[in-house]
Amino acid sequence: MSNVITTAIARVREPWSDRQATVLLGAVACFVLVLIGAMIIFIVHAAWPSLSANGLGIFTGGHDVDKQLGSMLVTGQHPPKSAYHLNAWPYVYATILIAGVAVLGGLVIAVFASVFIVEFAPERVRRVLVPTVRLLAAVPSVVFGLIGILVLVPFIDHDLLSTKRQESVTHLVQLDGTGVMVSIIVLAIMVTPLMIALTVEALRAIPHGWKEGAAALGANRWEAIWGVSVRAARPAIISAAVLAASRALGEAVMLSMISGSRGWSPNPLDGLTYLFEPLRPLAAAIVENVDGLNAPAVKSSIYVFATILLFSSLLLSIGSYLARLPLRRQGVRV
Amino acid sequence: MTSPPRLRSHALSATDDPFASLTDPAASREPVRRSTSDDGAALPPPIKRVVLDRTPRPIDPATDVVAPIAKDQTLGPERLRIEHVSIGYGEARVVKDLSLSIHQGEVLALIGPSGCGKTTFLRSMNRLTEQTASAWREGQILLDGRDIYETELPRLRRKIAMVFQQPNPFPMSIFDNIAYAIRVQNRKTPGKAEVRERVVDSLRRAGLYDELGGDLDKPALRLSGGQQQRLCIARAIATNPEVLLMDEPCSALDPRSTAVIEDLIGELRESLAIVIVTHNLAQAHRVADNVAFMYLGDLVEHGPVDQVFEQPRAQRTRDYVAGVFG
Amino acid sequence: MSSAPVVPRPVTPVPTTPQERRPVQPAGDSVRNWRLRHRIAHGAAWAAGIFVIAVTASIMGFMAWKGLHYLNPSLIWQRPTPGLAQGDTGGIRDPLIGTLLATFIGTLFAAPLGIATAVWVGEYGKPAKLARAIESAIEMVAGMPNIVLAIFGLAIFQLPFFSFLSFKAQGGGVYGRSFIAAGLIMSLIAIPLIYTATREGLAQLPAKLREGSWALGKTKICTIRTVLLPQIRPNIATGIVLGMGRIVGDTAIVVVLLGAALQIDPVGDTPGLNVLRGGGSTLTTYVYAASPAGEGNAPQKAYAAAFLLLLIVVFLNALVGWIGRRTKNSEITQ
Ligand SMILES: Nc1ncnc2c1ncn2[C@@H]1O[C@H](COP(=O)(O)OP(=O)(O)OP(=O)(O)O)[C@@H](O)[C@H]1O
Ligand SMILES: [Mg+2]
Repeated sequence: MSNVITTAIARVREPWSDRQATVLLGAVACFVLVLIGAMIIFIVHAAWPSLSANGLGIFTGGHDVDKQLGSMLVTGQHPPKSAYHLNAWPYVYATILIAGVAVLGGLVIAVFASVFIVEFAPERVRRVLVPTVRLLAAVPSVVFGLIGILVLVPFIDHDLLSTKRQESVTHLVQLDGTGVMVSIIVLAIMVTPLMIALTVEALRAIPHGWKEGAAALGANRWEAIWGVSVRAARPAIISAAVLAASRALGEAVMLSMISGSRGWSPNPLDGLTYLFEPLRPLAAAIVENVDGLNAPAVKSSIYVFATILLFSSLLLSIGSYLARLPLRRQGVRV
Repeated sequence: MTSPPRLRSHALSATDDPFASLTDPAASREPVRRSTSDDGAALPPPIKRVVLDRTPRPIDPATDVVAPIAKDQTLGPERLRIEHVSIGYGEARVVKDLSLSIHQGEVLALIGPSGCGKTTFLRSMNRLTEQTASAWREGQILLDGRDIYETELPRLRRKIAMVFQQPNPFPMSIFDNIAYAIRVQNRKTPGKAEVRERVVDSLRRAGLYDELGGDLDKPALRLSGGQQQRLCIARAIATNPEVLLMDEPCSALDPRSTAVIEDLIGELRESLAIVIVTHNLAQAHRVADNVAFMYLGDLVEHGPVDQVFEQPRAQRTRDYVAGVFG
Repeated sequence: MSSAPVVPRPVTPVPTTPQERRPVQPAGDSVRNWRLRHRIAHGAAWAAGIFVIAVTASIMGFMAWKGLHYLNPSLIWQRPTPGLAQGDTGGIRDPLIGTLLATFIGTLFAAPLGIATAVWVGEYGKPAKLARAIESAIEMVAGMPNIVLAIFGLAIFQLPFFSFLSFKAQGGGVYGRSFIAAGLIMSLIAIPLIYTATREGLAQLPAKLREGSWALGKTKICTIRTVLLPQIRPNIATGIVLGMGRIVGDTAIVVVLLGAALQIDPVGDTPGLNVLRGGGSTLTTYVYAASPAGEGNAPQKAYAAAFLLLLIVVFLNALVGWIGRRTKNSEITQ
């Protein structure tokens, strides 16, 4: 056994010819392409029973999707086609709502905060702030989830949410502090540091000549950083937002802790109550139902959710590429 | 001939040789120069002859700095006055007690060997040196009689425009590059039509408009180096500054683009005071009225171009224009 | 070409001697003189910056306070046990080992793959179309939600072919969850970071380095191995450490691919291999399980585990900073 290993190591350590190296390294490099292909094939394949049974009906609502998933558990190993019935709009809506608001709100804060860090912050503040933000961007999401569920949720439950408001909807849905508001806040706190870190890096990489050129034209500091630096850094900012969006879309465990995990579509017409209504994004629905995988109908539904997330993240990647194209034509390094 | 229609320079229209203006200064001087007399006899001999047969002599810096000669009377009013300016970075003193004045309509060429402080001096005139943390300055620089320290930076830099050695157009369209300057320099944002008019006008003045064929939405970074530099000039003059500082504007350019920019300097000069740093003595000879020669931070000699090149009074000037050092 | 008519500007005479007119403080770029629009935006930048500082400081301070309060050595050394009261749920030894093990496995697979891909794309990269496709694919993997990767991994590792990687039930169903399965999928989230770091390192190397080596008659691959890769070791190290950070922070893959067991749960009899084939937990899933959202409901232990996670992330971040600083210094001395 060890003999085989030593000879194998010796073989690898022999000088390679360039042709061998090209082929070998190229084969390894192609692994990612195979991976993407395999992901699409396997996930869509596993989702197929549900996809073919429901079609675009998946994106409709009107039924309690949580109950649908629950009843799928008991449909046996060979469920009839009717067992696959799934109206997942509440999950899709929750995903779009939470991720969209958190990323857009976070993006505004991130751009302004980055400008502050790069241009206006006192040197001492900057020296502490940049590494800390970078650290925050690397903090595991479950830590944010923990703070959310142990600090924010009780706070909202006790101090912001009046008993009257809770009682007014108690026949429909339970309000317990989790839901729209806390999900958006915590998700924004999670993705904003990432966007700040990337934007600051991009702003710092702006060639000195451009900043100097703006200053020499009589631009004040704001005009120089906003009109030239931020503008030139747009591709990087777009990439940062896309990366943040795909993190937000796919955030599963943290959101399952604080979203309320209820397949409910909060209605903006409910006024302030809207902020406290529970919901359940796709990713959270996947993690929470992963134990039900043995039931084919549940499995297929879970893979439908994964398919939606997979294609949205692929679309985001492509969208970010397309968004950067015109800028690349402008000659901006992307 | 592929020459764009606006190139009216005698040198370029008389022959197809784009180098003509370089090799024969007399050819291109006529349309550009204004302050020399009209008869041909006053034209200087080609630079090459001046440059020949000089033998280096020992230098005594203490006695080798000469006072400036009285100004040409045909120049306009005084714009910039530099009084006993010294500039340095940290411990190092890079410009030493320099005094001179610059008038409207004048083109002043700053020459001198590499590292003698030309760029530093130029950048101190619009206070760009302040961007370097270690930089300091003594003495005074007055713009129209007011210390430049009294003026807010944006206001000052709107009056004293600058063109850098490396063309630095912003990564936007040509139009946006100039519109940026116009928007930045006006307290009230002018209307769309007015911005467009002024963009076109400054592109015309920089001799770029006809070359572009009306395509102002082209990315500025797609232009050639020479076109980029002219775009930067257009950007700098878009709102009629009083002084134009140019730091080796042609050092990255080919002879044809250089000739175009030199022509441009000749056209711009009347409404501006221009300070141009150049390593190209022939170019200094062609475009400048006055020349200031700096050496290791000292202003060694400052006088009319013909005098500095043909009868340099200081030994170090003589050696420099003869090509001994630098 | 008509230039604008020459209008001589009026000249204001100097009334006093220069010395008297010299202001004490040079006029800079005072915000007070800016347009209202810019003043508001400038205020927004400051507000965003201060907001970010406040949020960052309170999160870090809160976690440190809670963590220092609840983290103690006995907690680290005890094995976790399921229990209802916080007192009898044991410690976090197994999750800690799980985190280290998963990180090790993930990095072990990610590093060679990421580096080889970067070398091929950066140094060979022919055909160019393929190289560009691989680059885009890496970007797509980087933007892929972890939960999608996890669920994809489950689809793969539950194939009968991969039964040797995990537990196989009596009926022939493959469990698909094990340390090796989780580690393999976790390597996917680290690959883009290692790839990017290596790629950037290679791109920054001066061309003369390669040409000098080729001039000595070395093959391309030999140049890469003996000249280029040693030069960019710090970049690679940074990428690997960043990748480790991502792996440490992941929750979704662990939940899906490591099972929900608190304790390390060996499968089979071969020592070493049995742990790899078995499931377990990591600190992130422990935090999840111990939070009110999980089954444990032991918030103090959740805080302690989250703090430990945070310490690991801080350590990894400091490592990145240290590698970066060290290379910067050596560049200066070179
Ligand atoms: N930012 C700076 N910090 C410290 N020293 C500097 C800085 N910029 C320039 N110097 C020093 O000041 C001196 C003058 O530099 P400067 O750029 O003004 O020379 P120059 O005459 O423009 O040279 P060149 O003809 O090569 O452009 C040099 O010795 C240089 O090392
Ligand atoms: Mg210079």
